[in-house]
Amino acid sequence: MDENSFLSQLNIFKQCRRYGVSLWQCPQFLFVVMGLVIILTSVLSYLIGSRYIAEEETVVMIVLIVSIFLFVLSYTITRSFERVAEASRMKSEFINIVSHQLRSPLTNIKWTFEILSSEDFDVPESKQEEYFINVKENIARMVELIDDLLIVSRIEQGQLPIQKKEFDFAELVAEQVSRYKIFSEASHIKLSLAVEEGLPKIFADSSLLKLVIENLIDNAIRYTTGKGEIAVNIKRRDNNKILFSVKDSGVGIPEKDQKYIFQKFFRAENALKQRTKGSGLGLYVCKTIVEKSGGQVWFKSKDQQGTTFFVVLPIK
Amino acid sequence: MKKILFIEDESTLQEAVGEFLRQKGFFVLKAMDGETGLRLAKSERPDLILLDLVLPKKEGFEVLEELKGDEGTKNIPVIILTNLEGLKDLDKAMSFGATTYLVKTQYKLEEIFEKIKKIIGE
Repeated sequence: MDENSFLSQLNIFKQCRRYGVSLWQCPQFLFVVMGLVIILTSVLSYLIGSRYIAEEETVVMIVLIVSIFLFVLSYTITRSFERVAEASRMKSEFINIVSHQLRSPLTNIKWTFEILSSEDFDVPESKQEEYFINVKENIARMVELIDDLLIVSRIEQGQLPIQKKEFDFAELVAEQVSRYKIFSEASHIKLSLAVEEGLPKIFADSSLLKLVIENLIDNAIRYTTGKGEIAVNIKRRDNNKILFSVKDSGVGIPEKDQKYIFQKFFRAENALKQRTKGSGLGLYVCKTIVEKSGGQVWFKSKDQQGTTFFVVLPIK
Repeated sequence: MKKILFIEDESTLQEAVGEFLRQKGFFVLKAMDGETGLRLAKSERPDLILLDLVLPKKEGFEVLEELKGDEGTKNIPVIILTNLEGLKDLDKAMSFGATTYLVKTQYKLEEIFEKIKKIIGE
């Protein structure tokens, strides 16, 4: 396996195809070209040098310095090209994933409608409502993905507007908890909230933090299969901060995946296999919002034994 | 009555397409993940398999490879029904022995029914 990947590293044409850019924009190819230029320059400068400079050592020194300089220069240039090429590759991968994520609910809507509107197809009375609910849910899925994408795009362009004001964070959480209770109870999950008394108001962007709360509670419900419990907790920490946590008894995050979960689309890539539906953008959005608000987010999790997400936010 | 095994993890599709095929006169077996699909294929020997590629427990490609590698199931026609649209996926599926490769959003259910009819009859 290692040997294979080493050999494929050497196959520059394959590497270049992977990036999907032209040969002259491909970092590996440029590096090889630069290498040839360096060797040629060294030989030439040695030949020319030895004709005009008497001392052999001086010539060798000059050639050496020139080639080291050229090497460092070409290395730096190709590295930056590599970053550009990698960004272009990730962009096409991103488009692939987004289109797959949009197509899934779209297919559901399309085919359900085809059935509902077909004249020779007989929708059983008992199923009709179910089909309409399906359509509604899948439209919501598409809207959610597009909303997430817009936020991500704003984040990446550095245009996420933050409008801070003083508000009661615990009250905002309580509102979301009661909203999500309907869903959790439908899945036989107990959703509870515990708030430390006398918490001060915080100074932050409430509409952005609402997204964080929604995402974390929504994830906790999604990843808890069968009966379970979700405990939401808010308390003071270090005098000038508050700690918000969401603990679930769900499937947990396998250790090998833990370092990637805040990455954009991570679940989409590895978890295309997994059952749950989602855009794969939620945690990326959470982390960005929390960090922009001067806070931190982290988690503790064990495979099959539940996950707890923690968010620390400054009061002012 | 011809038997179709539908391996698909989206319950909405499982429900709607399953119902559609039943009304078209097929007996529909459902599997929500790759492992169950493979097991049912071996035990029930359906006349045709509709296979999604993005599946829990065992991916569609693995299922296809195992189906085609097994004496008992290698002659069952497999229609790939997916939303992955890459040429690489298509080539891979065809080289593994899929009968045809359909991208879900590009077809109506009626058109899929026509394809099935062409392969196994009504």
